[in-house]
Amino acid sequence: MQTSYSSSRILLPVRPWFIACSLLLALLLNFLPTAAWPAVPDWTALLIVFWSVREPRRVGMGLAFLFGVAMDVADASLLGQHALAYVLVAYAASSLSRRILWFPLAQQALQVFPLLLLVQLVQFGVRMLIGGDFPGIGYFLGPVFSALLWPLLTFLLLLPQHQPVDRDDNRPL
Amino acid sequence: MDHQPPPFFKRGPAPLALLSFYVAISLALLLIDARLQALEVLRQAISAFTEPVQQLAHLPAQFLDNAGNYFVSVSRLQDENAQLKRARLENVAQLLRTQQLEVENERLRRLLGVKQRQQASGQLAQILYSVRDPYSRRIVIDKGQQDKVVTGQPVIDDVGIVGQVTRVFPFVSEVTLITDKEQAVPVQIVRTGLRSVVFGLGNGQLELRYLPANADVHDGDVLVTSGLDGIFLPGFPVAKVAHIERDTSYSFARIFCVPLAGVENFSEVMILDPRPAVALPEQLAKVAAARDAKSSARSGLTKKKRLKKD
Repeated sequence: MQTSYSSSRILLPVRPWFIACSLLLALLLNFLPTAAWPAVPDWTALLIVFWSVREPRRVGMGLAFLFGVAMDVADASLLGQHALAYVLVAYAASSLSRRILWFPLAQQALQVFPLLLLVQLVQFGVRMLIGGDFPGIGYFLGPVFSALLWPLLTFLLLLPQHQPVDRDDNRPL
Repeated sequence: MDHQPPPFFKRGPAPLALLSFYVAISLALLLIDARLQALEVLRQAISAFTEPVQQLAHLPAQFLDNAGNYFVSVSRLQDENAQLKRARLENVAQLLRTQQLEVENERLRRLLGVKQRQQASGQLAQILYSVRDPYSRRIVIDKGQQDKVVTGQPVIDDVGIVGQVTRVFPFVSEVTLITDKEQAVPVQIVRTGLRSVVFGLGNGQLELRYLPANADVHDGDVLVTSGLDGIFLPGFPVAKVAHIERDTSYSFARIFCVPLAGVENFSEVMILDPRPAVALPEQLAKVAAARDAKSSARSGLTKKKRLKKD
């Protein structure tokens, strides 16, 4: 509910169930078989960064940790690997949220990219310490596509908050 | 807008404190899982929530797959059926002879007083999907604790060894492929009988280690399980030697192999029943029992000491 560089319009408050649904949908997208392809974005990480930037008081490290553990179990990876990465990135995103929101969307995407790369780098570091395979360059291309999706994601996820305050039945949006 | 007190009064713990709390928990989880493997129960409990979501996510792909199968033309199916019938007839002679040989082998072994070989038996399973984790090579199959699968069971396909069950959940279980970096299979070269261990490299290949540079190994040699580990039954094909690097400055040859089984393909596999533990000879068993008793007594003593200290 913050004003931004591009518009000073005051948005409606976000509904908590909408945040929950979007996060669960992201988890479902992560479980799709497409996740085995190279350079597919980590949807959960993207959504956690998005809500941590937009609503740092509602979505924080606690939710990031829970979703991280769920990802670890579903992924059959090391328990705590996703959790650590998501918690770190949620902290970074919420502490940078005021700054990120000040920029126009394209520059926001540029600022979000290092955060998303951090998710992959933390997991990479942990697994290399334990002694895993090298996952290939495609693994690090995921954040690039996630960052490219940032403007579209902002548009889609803020749609419910752009509704007029007094509902008009003839004008749904 | 609802009226709230100023936000800085009810923000909860400081972000940095929360961060260190969650990071500490994550690191503890990581260490316990990586070094002690003691979190399987927790994993199974959480999987009860994530597994249905995962099944849901895999529905569209399965639907597409089934739809594709449905529209396969009848003529192709007839061709395939005829081909299979022919293959069965061709194999029948060999199969009958093998059965007869197995019976004969058993009789001879009994005459010689050698321990009889265990019959291979198991249950069929369908590969559901390969695990998303890009750092390892594992697959998930549709048999779990409900079907009495236990960790350590070997998994084979129609050509050879595919991998080993490493984690069991209520309805599914996880198989580590032989090409995984942490998987090792004790093998024997068919041509020479030379024994060694084959390790996964993580890139779809395997490496035969600990053989001297002048070892008698050629390209195309077939490796079968040696059965010395007590887990894999002896005689199942594992891999074929693809490429050998002999460098005289090293004492070991670098021998690269390719797996024979369709390790990275999606199809049906068979989970072999676990091998019963071989009983130790009497004298050794006594020694082992005595050692066990001693160690348990010692641990009891240390406990008592600790109690006294307290």
